[in-house]
Amino acid sequence: MAGFDKVVSSYQEAMAGLNDNMTVIAGGFGLCGIPENLISEIKRKKTQGLTIVSNNCGVDDFGLGLLLQDRQIKKIIASYVGENAEFERQMMAGELEVELTPQGTLAEKMRAGGAGIPAFYTATGYGTPVAEGKEERVFNGRHYILEPAITGDFAIVKAWKADRYGNLVFRKTARNFNPMAATAGKITVVEVEEIVEPGELDPDQIHTPGIYVNRLILGSFEKRIEQRTVRDA
Amino acid sequence: MALTREQIAQRVAQELQDGFYVNLGIGIPTLVANFVPEDIEVMLQSENGLLGMGQFPTEETIDADLINAGKQTVTMATGASIFDSAESFAMIRGGHVDLTVLGAFEVDTQGNIASYMIPGKLIKGMGGAMDLVAGADNIIVTMTHASKHGVSKLLDQCTLPLTGKGCIKRVLTDLAFIEIKEGKFHLLERAPGVSVEEIIRLTEGDLVVPASVPEMLV
Repeated sequence: MAGFDKVVSSYQEAMAGLNDNMTVIAGGFGLCGIPENLISEIKRKKTQGLTIVSNNCGVDDFGLGLLLQDRQIKKIIASYVGENAEFERQMMAGELEVELTPQGTLAEKMRAGGAGIPAFYTATGYGTPVAEGKEERVFNGRHYILEPAITGDFAIVKAWKADRYGNLVFRKTARNFNPMAATAGKITVVEVEEIVEPGELDPDQIHTPGIYVNRLILGSFEKRIEQRTVRDA
Repeated sequence: MALTREQIAQRVAQELQDGFYVNLGIGIPTLVANFVPEDIEVMLQSENGLLGMGQFPTEETIDADLINAGKQTVTMATGASIFDSAESFAMIRGGHVDLTVLGAFEVDTQGNIASYMIPGKLIKGMGGAMDLVAGADNIIVTMTHASKHGVSKLLDQCTLPLTGKGCIKRVLTDLAFIEIKEGKFHLLERAPGVSVEEIIRLTEGDLVVPASVPEMLV
């Protein structure tokens, strides 16, 4: 009897059921806190026609950029593509459908999706291309646009530590979009650096409760740094 | 002389107040952190989920899990807190950040700002900029006054896709400090050694020039 034990033993098992043309929500900001092995597994599976929801799309040769290389992505919903040349090339050439979405709106779309809220009003994007085709409404003299929530067939998440029940703790700014992504997947898959027994994590310190998590896997991570900036000691 | 990037940052830093929570955008705004007056405390918000951003790490303390919104490795200041992206933008959208400094390609006399794409040429994405300009009341835009070819970026009407509509009130360029109100640019200060005539020549939108325009102290 597995009960609440969410641990799976292979990446193949972790991403089982991911099929062509599905929507995948991914945590991470730049290359920080990305589910790097789950992305590699999607590359290995050669799943096609994916819609990816993520703040960024990795860099050319790491993170979600790997899926761009293999043309596995049909559409991406992201806020910033500045550091990815292949992304820009595919977008300009019309090979990739892109829905540029303000970062805070993107986070809230995931949060709302996971929380059962179908849409929300925000002032962000009013009067800009983001507002095109969206309902506008005035509250207290200010203009707002209606933004629909996002859910995914899968959510892929990177956390620092988990117990076997899928309660999650994130580390530093690797948290970013991961907690929202975790709530918004029909199947949420989480990879972590350490798995402990239930009861070992302080319930007061859990960032994401295990109810959102379907599958959990222990990984090892490269944690590539995008902009290595240091000062002299 | 036009201000250097550092001098622009230095002038922005004069607008900081003790106890301010401040969001600094990528580029010149990031440099503002180097000029915080010693007698005040400010806390830097980084929209990827850090309030209380510290200086860059040393080789020994570098941590891949700790970056700023520009994806640079950073450290945490004493009293810092970490949160997720939804919480971060609740702070921003909810108007809790005291000062926002960000760059732009163009601004206009209606307070519109364009900063995230040049159709057919450059697509970067808006990142957090649309949320920041919509959520903040106190915003300073830092930018060059005109292109290398002398084409003004302070316009009657922005030509590029907008990042925000009617939300910009203050612009600091390499030539001038300008306020936007009642559909016009108002010249507040000029860079040391830069003439009012040069600023007028390089400002396309309506510019109100008072009888005397003080030089910036940088």
